[in-house]
This record gives sequence, structure tokens and C-alpha cells, in this order.
Amino acid sequence: MSKLPKPDQLLQGLDLHRTPEKHWMDIKPDFSPGKYCYAVDPQVMIDMGRPNLGKWQPTDEKWPLPEDWKERLLKAIRDRMERFRSFKLFMDICVRCGACADKCHFFLGTGDPKNMPVLRAELIRSVIKGEFSFFGRLFGRVAGARPLTEEVLKEWYMYFYQCTACRRCSVFCPYGIDTAEVTIIMRDILHELGIALDWAMKPLRNSHFIGNHLGLQPHTIKENIEFLMSDIAEITGLNIEVPINKKGAEVLFVTPSADFFADPGIYTFMGYVLLFHHIGLDYTISTYASEGGNFGFFNSIEFAKKLHSKIYEEAKRLKVKWILGGECGHQWRFWHQYHGTMFGPFDYLEVPKSPITGTVFEHAKYHKAVHICEFTADLIAHNKLKLDPSRNDHIVVTFHDSCNTSRGMGIFEEPRFILRNVCNNFVEMPENTIREKTFCCGSGSGLNTDEYMEIRMRGGFPRANAVEFVHKNYGVNTLVAICAIDRATLTALMKYWVPDVVVAGVHELVGNALIMEGEKERTTDLRYRPLKGMEEEV
Amino acid sequence: MYNANKVIIGIIVFLIFFAMPFWLNFGKVEALPKPELPKEEKKCIEDTDYMKAYHMKFLDEWRKTKVREGKVYYINKEGKIYKMSLQRTCMKCHDNKEKFCDRCHKNLVVQPDCWKCHLAPEEVKKWQ
Amino acid sequence: MNLIFSLIVLAILILIPLIGVGVLGLSSLFAIFIPYLAFAIFFFGLIYRIIDWARSPQPYKITTTSGQQKSLSWIKHSRLESPASSWEVYLRMFFEVFLFRSLFRNLRADFDGKRLIYGSAKWLWLGAILFHFSFLVIMIRHLRFFVNEVPSFVQKISAVDSFFQLGVPPIYITDILILAGLGFLLLRRLVDAKVNYLSYASDYFPLLLIISIALTGILMRLYVKPDLYAIKQLTYGLATFNPALPKGNLSMLFYIHLFLVSSLAAYFPFSKLVHMVGVFFSPTRNMPNDNRMSRHINPWEYPVKYVTYAEWQEKFRDVLEEAGIPIDEEWTNVAQK
Ligand code: SF4
Ligand code: SF4
Repeated sequence: MSKLPKPDQLLQGLDLHRTPEKHWMDIKPDFSPGKYCYAVDPQVMIDMGRPNLGKWQPTDEKWPLPEDWKERLLKAIRDRMERFRSFKLFMDICVRCGACADKCHFFLGTGDPKNMPVLRAELIRSVIKGEFSFFGRLFGRVAGARPLTEEVLKEWYMYFYQCTACRRCSVFCPYGIDTAEVTIIMRDILHELGIALDWAMKPLRNSHFIGNHLGLQPHTIKENIEFLMSDIAEITGLNIEVPINKKGAEVLFVTPSADFFADPGIYTFMGYVLLFHHIGLDYTISTYASEGGNFGFFNSIEFAKKLHSKIYEEAKRLKVKWILGGECGHQWRFWHQYHGTMFGPFDYLEVPKSPITGTVFEHAKYHKAVHICEFTADLIAHNKLKLDPSRNDHIVVTFHDSCNTSRGMGIFEEPRFILRNVCNNFVEMPENTIREKTFCCGSGSGLNTDEYMEIRMRGGFPRANAVEFVHKNYGVNTLVAICAIDRATLTALMKYWVPDVVVAGVHELVGNALIMEGEKERTTDLRYRPLKGMEEEV
Repeated sequence: MYNANKVIIGIIVFLIFFAMPFWLNFGKVEALPKPELPKEEKKCIEDTDYMKAYHMKFLDEWRKTKVREGKVYYINKEGKIYKMSLQRTCMKCHDNKEKFCDRCHKNLVVQPDCWKCHLAPEEVKKWQ
Repeated sequence: MNLIFSLIVLAILILIPLIGVGVLGLSSLFAIFIPYLAFAIFFFGLIYRIIDWARSPQPYKITTTSGQQKSLSWIKHSRLESPASSWEVYLRMFFEVFLFRSLFRNLRADFDGKRLIYGSAKWLWLGAILFHFSFLVIMIRHLRFFVNEVPSFVQKISAVDSFFQLGVPPIYITDILILAGLGFLLLRRLVDAKVNYLSYASDYFPLLLIISIALTGILMRLYVKPDLYAIKQLTYGLATFNPALPKGNLSMLFYIHLFLVSSLAAYFPFSKLVHMVGVFFSPTRNMPNDNRMSRHINPWEYPVKYVTYAEWQEKFRDVLEEAGIPIDEEWTNVAQK
């Protein structure tokens, strides 16, 4: 791993309005340490039944490509154009107006023109013109066409894995061109040769064979939860049990596996459990379908379907009525936009209805899956939760809209409503960096690997910069997000750019604020930090 | 083809819009109205091609020279002298506004403001 | 380089009618045959493109949600940015297509010392709106050359457009606006480093082509007058499929104008200009965000093999038993059958 420059040096010389002398088609990708991700271990691809290139790294001068690599790729491109109208259309209608150019966090953090979404898409658009179109071949570069070469392939590897599929560009494009869609499809195409990222594929294999990305086996999940419950007992004095694989429960609760295991997700998990206990929800978690997230989504769409088929088999097996999903970004974009098509119809489930408030979640009447923030917001709106927001007075909170839930689902108000009810110090970041214009953490879509730290810190810079602003001006010290990836990646990002800010989930704060029946007086929050006014006691 | 209904409606709207000239003429194709030329006089002040294209500029020139510079006469390329007057010179030969001026103007959506001040020969006759 | 290339192509396009009509005297070819051919390419080409897009299904409903989803009844959802019903989608599309709503959001990112700031940047939107709407009005105005009895809406639009009555014949407002819009769009490509870097010849060319069309048109209206009556005889004949070369003099400028328009029409379906119809197909804009309310079907969805519960339980049987997590024989039996 490379040495990461200090924060005040990282962006030195960055100028968003200067472009290279050379034409972008003549600039080779820079595979220096910190700027690329490791290629997949061939064994992973073998296990998943996919082609592989053996042991190789993108830094290799010559990639071990099979003879017919070009034909295979071109065939795959044609195939995707036939199957995805989005892809075909986006290849045709861009006018290169540049409205998307400075919307990408990777461009803002690197100044690399190929990180302008339009040029990112142009990496493949140029090849489609150069390989499939007569005029493209005739006019070549002046028409933005070029042939497919090994150099181009290297470029694809670099830049389609330097996009987090955050869709920020899509919001601003006058034709709604979604470079995220292009990226996802291009990764799928690269998979046909066995080109993939190690860090993105290993969790996928875990999820496929074991049930979750972290590879937690059923007994480990149980032990972890028990461990977390002993923390809850210590903090609140309550002994709570989490139902596991319980048949006949009303609700199947599925959340990203990081919530069982990794700091700071575990605090969010403790929040969920406290909430469910508080309202007496009849729920269960599953150790078979123990992953809400889905790394298949940004690797290869077929894998995505394999992974989440489990959720619906489990829902049938456990005979639950409906499904509740935890806080996670790409999980929810995938659930919300893809599940209904991939796994429906869901006749074996019932239209979700909150057993506490009686609210029927009409907006989920077909898919029968509800976001936990929708569920909790409804509880609070009906006054069903006893809350003491002053228990979060030791923190000043801002909310990071995760890309996926923002631009691929549209959940903006629910988490904010909850936050306003569970804490007293809630500040928004500058307007152009939140809601649909939110900035990515810089490491989503399978890029949060250590060897990629430089690019991650650059890509996350616009987000961090906005956090730094509210940190300096309003003393914000807690960045709340409804995303498990964010909880990991933003933590690293904050450590680098704004070291005094920690990352939390919405339900961690809910857990802090809930006045549980029979609890002892709390002196600390779920992280064992003293509550305001309790510093002496601890 | 997917979403065939919407696509076909889209194509139809496209055809309606971009083939508008065709639809607007549909079923009523006629010869364009022809301006009636003076029977006696064969030559206009300047040559016909020039008059056809530039008469508005020409008249505007007349107006300006007459009103601003107070000049009364115009000498054409052949040296012939004309009095600069729409009503007395032009309309002497072209003695019917409706059959001469308006035929083209209406047809080409030209709305000259000559007749805001001047009287057409037809009007003049009515008053005589 | 790209700009020069486009300028050369444009110069060639202007030379073609100059030589073709001026030297070789091929009037009918340029007045009748080429326009027909070009518009045939325009119509068939665009319909082909439309059908070609329609031949690919949109497998998943991937609306870009730029506003609050429709969820709980007491939360106001954003009808335009997160449409939940068809008419809300129509509304969103209307705003996109006619008012360029997404472009209106445009921001410009800049460093203010170490801070990234985002200023509003509506110039691009303004330039685009000026150009597109002027173009539309100009096209409608041109109906006067194609229809015998010009409909009153065309007359009204022309009247409004020449409202200021400047000069004889009066100048059209849209003629000035379209040049302003196009000029801005061109200038932007030359001056803004980022946009300049990503522009191809095929980005300059249409701008230059349309500018030339507008300029030749304006020249004909204001300075180098053609015989309009003759032109109308030709264009009316073309529109009614009774093409004939009129007696009068059509003027060289008119031939150039007509040839450039024909070039634009023929170029249209095979260039980025297809965004005009493509925008209607954009799946991130033309689909409702109602994914959890109703089913969207993907015609090529196929079943996949995944690790079933039975397989999984077999694999982890020992640890499950040891951890006291219930074993489900019932389900595995059912599954086996
Ligand atoms: S905003 Fe859209 S049309 Fe404009 S350059 Fe970007 S992708 Fe192309
Ligand atoms: S999806 Fe996000 S990361 Fe990818 S090009 Fe667009 S703005 Fe950049």
C-alpha cells in the first residue's frame, strides 16, 4: 500500500478549470499505488462459476487476455444494448453539454477530466462509434470514435471503478443520462472476461455461500448479537433477546451484516433492537438471509439476483407477513428499484401494516417491504414512542443523504423527521450538498478497499468539505447516515478530513433517546460515552 | 418493440408536427393567388426582378428621402424621372391594392404599414 | 482542430450549391431533388431510430428520484421530482422537455480557498432555452412558405415576433435571440476549458450549421432580398408534392440556405441531435417512482440458481445445532419434493 499524502497536501495544485494538453484518448491510465484497486483473485471467480484471467494485476504491462477477448467484449456490448434500453439510449443522446462535468465528486477531488461523467460514458461511447458505426470509423477521432484496444480496456478498468454509481450526474443531465447505469453495465461487461475487483467480489462470494458479505456464520451472528445484548443490558439494565430464524413471526427484519459486527453499525443495530423491544414487535432476523446489501448490484446483475433470492425463500419459509429493511443505501436502491421486478409477485406476503399504529404502508402494497425509517417515522407521528431527545444533547448532528436512497428511492423526509424528534441539535449541511444533490462518501459500490485510499479520500472530499463547514460553524460532531457502507467509509473519510466527527446511524440516536420500560437511569449512550450532565457519573 | 402503444402515438405526434405543411394543405391544394399586373404598362420603375425582391426597400427609401430630405423626384437607372409617391406614381399603374399588393402579402403573411397613412386606390374611388 | 474541421465541412457545404447551381446550373437538383431526399432521410431516419430504441426493453424501473418519494400520507411527496402516478410523470416530462428543468438546476463548483462552493449557473439553461424556443418559433413562422392560406396562429406568431417594427421589413425578435443563444453555446465550447476539452467536431458542426442557416435566412430577410413569391411557389409545390421550378429568380443565397437546411435534416437522425426524440425515452425521467406499489415486468428476466435454504442448512447443520438455532426439516423436505 502506498503512503497517503497529508490532507493539506492531497489536493495541492488541483484546478478544476485546467485541462491537459493531450487529447484524452492519448492519455494512459495511471496505475500507481493508491489509484487503482486490486484485481480479483481467480479462485473467487472459479467459485462463482465465472471466467477468470488467472493471477494478474492491472499494473501488468500485458494483461493475460484470451485470444478472442475483443469479440467477446463486443458481443457483450451488443447484448447489453439489446437488453437495456437505458444503455442503448444513453450511448446515443448525450450532447456533451457538460452540465454533468463538475457534478461528480471524483472530478471535484481529482480534476481528472475522465472523471467528468460525460467523458466516463464517452470511454465506451467512443468505442461503440468506432466499432459499430460506419461514419464513426470513417471520421475517427473528430467524431469521437476509436477502436477497442487493450489500452481502452485498461482505461475502462480504471474509470468504471472510479465511479461509485452515485447518480449525482443524472440529476443534472437534461436527458437524465445516468452514468451510474453505464458504469454498472460496463462492470457487468468486464465480468464476461473475468475482470473484477477483489474487494468487491470477496464479499459477494461470502454472501452467496454463507449468507452475508462479512462471511459471518450463523453461530457467529448469534454470538455477536448476544454480545451486543450484554452491552444493552449494561447500559439500560434490560435483558433483551433477539429472535433468530423464528417461524411465524410477523416481520422479517433484514439489514446489512455490518450492523451485526462492525463499529459503528453495531450501535445502529442496538438501536433497532431497543426500538423493537419498546414497541413489542413480533419480528425475526435470519441467519440464512443475513444480508440486506447486495454487492452483486454493482458487479454483475445476475449475481445480485442470486444473492437476494434468499430473502424471499426465507420469507416464505418463516411464513412472515412482510419484510422490514434496515438502514442501508445500495440495499434500498436495489430493493426499491429492482426487487419488485426480479422477485415478484409477492402473493405469499401481506400488505405491510404497522401492528402498533395500524398504518397500512400503501406505498409498499406490491413489494411488501418497508424501510425502517418509514416504519419509525410512522411510530413517532402517532406518538407511540417515549422519547427523550435530551439524551442526544452531547452531540451535534448533521445528516448525510446517501446517494442510493436519495436518487434511487427518494427517502429524504423520514430520517429527518426522526432526527428532529430524537435529538435537539440537528443542523443541515449547505443546501447544494444535501438531498438530491448530496455528495457520495467516495467509496461506494465496492470501492472501499484500503489500497484505493488516495482516490477514496479525493472522491469523498466534497462531502467531507461540507461536513467540515458545519463542524467549524456549528460544532457538528456526528454525521448521521442511513447506510451501512457510509458508516464504514465515512468513518475513514472523517478520520482523514475532519477528525473530530464520528459517524452514526439514525437508529443509534433513536436507541439513545428511547425511554424503555423498566430501564435504569442511563448515564452513557450506546457507545459508552457519557450523556450530557452525566460526565461525573461515568 | 416494447411500449408499442406509446411509441406509435409518439411517432404519430412526430409526423403530425414535422409534416405540418403537408397536413395544413391536405385536400385543398390550389394554385397560389397571382398578383394582377397592369395591362397597359409593361415596365416598372426599375426592372421587374429588382422590384419583385426589393420593392419594400425601394419604397422605404422613397419615404425617407421625401419626408426627411424633402426631395420630390426619383431618377431611375435609365434616367427617367418619377415623382416619389406611392399613391400617385405606383398606384397609378397598379390601380388595385387588393388584386396586386394584398395577393402576395396575405399569402406570405407580410403586414406592411403603408396603408396606415396612405389610401388604397379602391378607397380613393369610394370618396370621389 | 475540431472547430477547424467543422468549419471546413461547413465551407464545403456552402460551396456545393454555389458550384452546383451557380456553375453547373443544376437548379432542379438543388431545389427539388436534394430537399426531398434530405427530408426523406430525416423522417425515415428518425422513425428508424425511435423504433430501434423501442426494440430494447427497459428492464428495470430506474427513475432518478430528485425529490421526496410518496410514502407516508402525512409526508408531502414531490410530484415533479419523484412522480408516483402517470400524470405526475407526464408533468415531469413536460417540464423536462419544454422547460429544461434539469438544466435549470445547474451549479458551478469552485474552490474558495480550501472550501468547495457551488454557485448557481443558469447561463447554459438560458442559452439553450433561447436557442430551442427561437428555433421552434422560426420553424412555425416558416409555415408561411408552405401553406397556401396561412393559418391565423402563424400570422399571430409572426406579428408578435416582429413586434418592434424595426426596419423594413421589420426584424424578427427570434432571429436575434437564436443568434444570441447559438453564439453563447458556441462561445461556451470555446472558452470553458472543461467543455472545450470534451467537444468533438460533431459538437461544433451542428452549431455552426444552424448559425449559418440562421445567418443566410436573416441576410435574405434584411439585405439580400430574394423573390419571395417565387420561393413560395417552389416551397408550396414541394409541400404539396407538385414540385416545379418557378420562373422567377430564386437567388443564390436561397439555394445555400435550402441546401444547409437539407444537410441539417439529413444529418439529424445520425447525430447527437436525436436527443430531440431520445429525451422522451429517458428511463430515469419517464418512469414513475412507484416501484413498491406496482409491478414492472422485465421481458428477459430469467431464473437463477442460488444457494437454497436446504443447501445452506446442510452446510451449517453442525454449527446451527450447536448454537441452538432451530433446524427446519419440514421446509427441506418440502423443497426436496
Ligand atoms: S449532462 Fe447529459 S447530455 Fe450533458 S454532457 Fe452530461 S451526460 Fe451528456
Ligand atoms: S454516478 Fe456518481 S461517481 Fe459515477 S460518474 Fe456520476 S457523479 Fe460520478
